[in-house]
Amino acid sequence: MTAVSAERLARVFVEIADTLVDEFEIIDFLHRLTLRTADLVDAAAVGLLLADQRGRLQFVAASQEQARLLELFQLQTDEGPCLDAFRTAAPVVNANLASSSGRWPRFAPHATAAGFPSVHAFPLRLRSEVIGALNVFGTDGEARLEEQDVQVVQAIADVATIALLQERAIRRSEILTEQLQAALNSRIVIEQAKGVVAQALNLGIDEAFDAIRAHARRRNLRLGELAHDIVTDFTKIHEISPP
Amino acid sequence: MSKGGVPGFSVASDLACEQIEDLQFTIGEGASADALSLRRPVLVPDLADDSASRWPVYSAAMHDCGVRALFAFPIQVGASRLGVFTMFRGRPGGLTAEELALALTFTEVALTTLLDGHDTSGDGLAQAMTRQAVVFQAQGMIMVQLGVSLDEALIRLRAHAYADGRPLTDVAHDVLTRRLRFQHQDT
Repeated sequence: MTAVSAERLARVFVEIADTLVDEFEIIDFLHRLTLRTADLVDAAAVGLLLADQRGRLQFVAASQEQARLLELFQLQTDEGPCLDAFRTAAPVVNANLASSSGRWPRFAPHATAAGFPSVHAFPLRLRSEVIGALNVFGTDGEARLEEQDVQVVQAIADVATIALLQERAIRRSEILTEQLQAALNSRIVIEQAKGVVAQALNLGIDEAFDAIRAHARRRNLRLGELAHDIVTDFTKIHEISPP
Repeated sequence: MSKGGVPGFSVASDLACEQIEDLQFTIGEGASADALSLRRPVLVPDLADDSASRWPVYSAAMHDCGVRALFAFPIQVGASRLGVFTMFRGRPGGLTAEELALALTFTEVALTTLLDGHDTSGDGLAQAMTRQAVVFQAQGMIMVQLGVSLDEALIRLRAHAYADGRPLTDVAHDVLTRRLRFQHQDT
């Protein structure tokens, strides 16, 4: 992976700033953040996990949602680079999965088999607390994140934390709980909506997500809101077309 | 809360609290009502702090009944909402990390109890609420297959797993791969 160009970086941060002042929806924002991060460092996939406040990491958003990728996020509840970044509050970069099977006996072979021999994880930090982790996957086992890239991705992870907290949270830790729990529940709504669309349009689960995302993009709708509409108002399904 | 999304009844450990909890759905303001509509916890570590402007009638009534802090957690799975779990405290102060974790666990026990129609937390057969994506995806599919509510779809899925003595995620996988399709007579 090559060092990020200043121009691309500026574009991403301008978009992030725009989203934060606009009518803000956390799940939609985190999804966009994973897309931009993947783009920025030429990663194959980027995902975000948040702690459920009972010490378990839960998948919340990703640049793509194939089942094989979601499994990799889910595995990291028990072991993997995200759990390590979450526990140590330090980035895990340039982990070579071919030689990491001792460190992550379940995660490493799964990730390699899924076509991701390269993986990185960055903690979402709030002062001394860690609230989640950002996961970056690559398809080239030889490619490395340069130091500058590491700093850029960590900065994006820090922005994700700020977005979750909004500025009020600096004073009130309760906001963090409210936002985290809202984000975790929104993720469930998206899974429920995938099921509804898969059944109604006779699609696979991965295609169902693509159809939902394409519809959100076309109509300029926020992802979480659209997912909620799909599961609570069945007439919405007629507006969605297969990918 | 009843199926149509209208608050049905509430229970509380204290009679005065119960009356106020009922009251908030009549007057249309309060922490539990907000937790339901916002679909996230509403945590008020000091009722005197900012809640007076948020809920003038509710805050005053709570204060009269000796409540100084309260914490409302929606009992929900994604878009299915079954109720709210609210804790009241007689002195101001936030929840510690342990108290928060405990509150989230209580909320989850309330959720599974409401879904299964009885308290299953004590028997070994209870299916804990799994956070696996496949379960929620299957829930959405079953809702369409049966033309029922999202709540009902999860109840059917859990009942099926329970009756077959299989893990919820296995049954969910069968739904996703179209090996299992729910029909109207199904339990």
